[in-house]
Amino acid sequence: VSTLTRDDVLHLARLARLELADDEIDLFARQLAGILEFARQIEAVDTASAAQDEPAMPPPGTLREDLVLPSLERDAVLAAAPAADPRTGLFKVPRVLNG
Amino acid sequence: MTVRTALELRDAVAAGTTTALAACDAAIERLEATNPSLNAFISISPAKARIRAGELDRSEACRRLPLAGVPVAIKDNICTRGMRTTAGSRILEHYVPLYDATVVERLEAAGAVIVGKTNCDEFAMGSSTEHSAFGAVRNPWDRDRTPGGSSGGSAAAVAARVVPLALGSETGGSVRQPAALCGIVGLKPTYGRVSRYGLIAFASSLDQVGPFGTRVVDVAACLGIIAGHDPRDATSATVQVDDYAGATRMDLGALRVGIPRELVGEGIEAGVRRAFDEAIDVLRSAGAQVVDIALPHSRYATATYAIVVMAEASSNLGRYDGVRYGTRAADDGRLADMYAHTRGLFGREVKRRVMLGTYVLSAGYYDAYYLKAQKVRALIRQDFERAFERVDVVATPTSPTTAFPLGERLEDPVQMYLADVFTVSANLAGIPAISVPCGFADGLPVGVQLTGRAWDEATLFRAAAAYERLTPWSAQVPRG
Repeated sequence: VSTLTRDDVLHLARLARLELADDEIDLFARQLAGILEFARQIEAVDTASAAQDEPAMPPPGTLREDLVLPSLERDAVLAAAPAADPRTGLFKVPRVLNG
Repeated sequence: MTVRTALELRDAVAAGTTTALAACDAAIERLEATNPSLNAFISISPAKARIRAGELDRSEACRRLPLAGVPVAIKDNICTRGMRTTAGSRILEHYVPLYDATVVERLEAAGAVIVGKTNCDEFAMGSSTEHSAFGAVRNPWDRDRTPGGSSGGSAAAVAARVVPLALGSETGGSVRQPAALCGIVGLKPTYGRVSRYGLIAFASSLDQVGPFGTRVVDVAACLGIIAGHDPRDATSATVQVDDYAGATRMDLGALRVGIPRELVGEGIEAGVRRAFDEAIDVLRSAGAQVVDIALPHSRYATATYAIVVMAEASSNLGRYDGVRYGTRAADDGRLADMYAHTRGLFGREVKRRVMLGTYVLSAGYYDAYYLKAQKVRALIRQDFERAFERVDVVATPTSPTTAFPLGERLEDPVQMYLADVFTVSANLAGIPAISVPCGFADGLPVGVQLTGRAWDEATLFRAAAAYERLTPWSAQVPRG
């Protein structure tokens, strides 16, 4: 029951867009299985009486009016980015499409 | 070294018997003397702090502020404008926020002087401050042991008397547990009590900012300043903020204290058990009514917490993609490779949680893990609601053990999670809880935790301060 294969770990890493070091794959297979086994304790709880229609944490706050307010300065935000073009006001990323 | 509480220092600044600059210099001197061995700070800001202290000294109005000239430390997952904010992560190693967190704005407006940013587990994920990209923090009581975590840097800084006040953050005990392991006071406020604007998000249905101090009254005064509605955080509540410092001057009265017997029965170190029992005896002798209560679902709290926290973390940490801020790893491949390389900078605990969060939210597993955990969470909350019909506070040890040795649990994630067995319930239920020093076991501090009704931090401060007056523990200072 409580085993994860190297392929399971690599699949999760792919879904989460995480690069793993090679020695992390076997380590995580073992550790993640152990954590999931620990988490499965809750299977034993009878949750029939639990309120299902209300959120676990009711939102305590109130929503503000939907007004346009000053935001961060665009040039300052772009200057803090790993790669940006302040002239066009865009963040830069590696090419996605060919051609 | 003159040890003053935050409010004593404030009074001395107001009376002119010391200056904000002198207090600031003393804190920086102490910081520089202790940081090589404690590693409590990731960044320090002595020049900026001295300039701010000088400004306070030159203004009569500023010297009357509620925290005038009090040096403070801020956990490094709370944004400070123009001052590097790393969250203990390689991925934010060079991140300099363009804005202040609301709690930082409020502390500075109250006259506090920030001397530095404290070390923490990466993105606040951990219970020992060993999961920091900037090295482990050491416990001032025994440098071979952890200070607890994730706010271990803030706890160590206050315990070592570098600063009398510090901010940490809580998701499952990250203020209370290090407070207990370092022999100081730490509070987790009610969910929604304190603005999270500028707190780097980890698990949004649980996160709260909380203060550390050496005395209950300092923590109470600090909460009074940072609490209250903030239009920039829709989860901050409009509930009235009480006179917390005033609450610390009240008598214990006929406080009703509940002990969840099934929870404090097993798995607790003998020395912790003894200190806790003595603390309950002190409360009883002072007039408290001590009764047994049932919190039948709390034994599942740590497992429930693990599922909820991982799901929310995997979602929140999706934002670290190397595009808009933070570090971008190798840029020469495809976009998807850039994401994976960049996120490969996460440490192991963050990777574990992001992967497991992805797992429990996946089709086929969602109902068995995430949905089930949400239902157990509702039952845990109902247990507390029922208990608070009979009692005013619930008492447990804060941690089942004293400070554990560095490295002991690093490779065993489940053992690390069990450090929070007594603290996670309050986060799941959204209610406030405080840890107060209650003695020592083999020379290491022990804390007692008092948990209260939602929005009733005042009762926690009343009970904790009354207990503190009856015991010598808060005045104990680590050597060196």
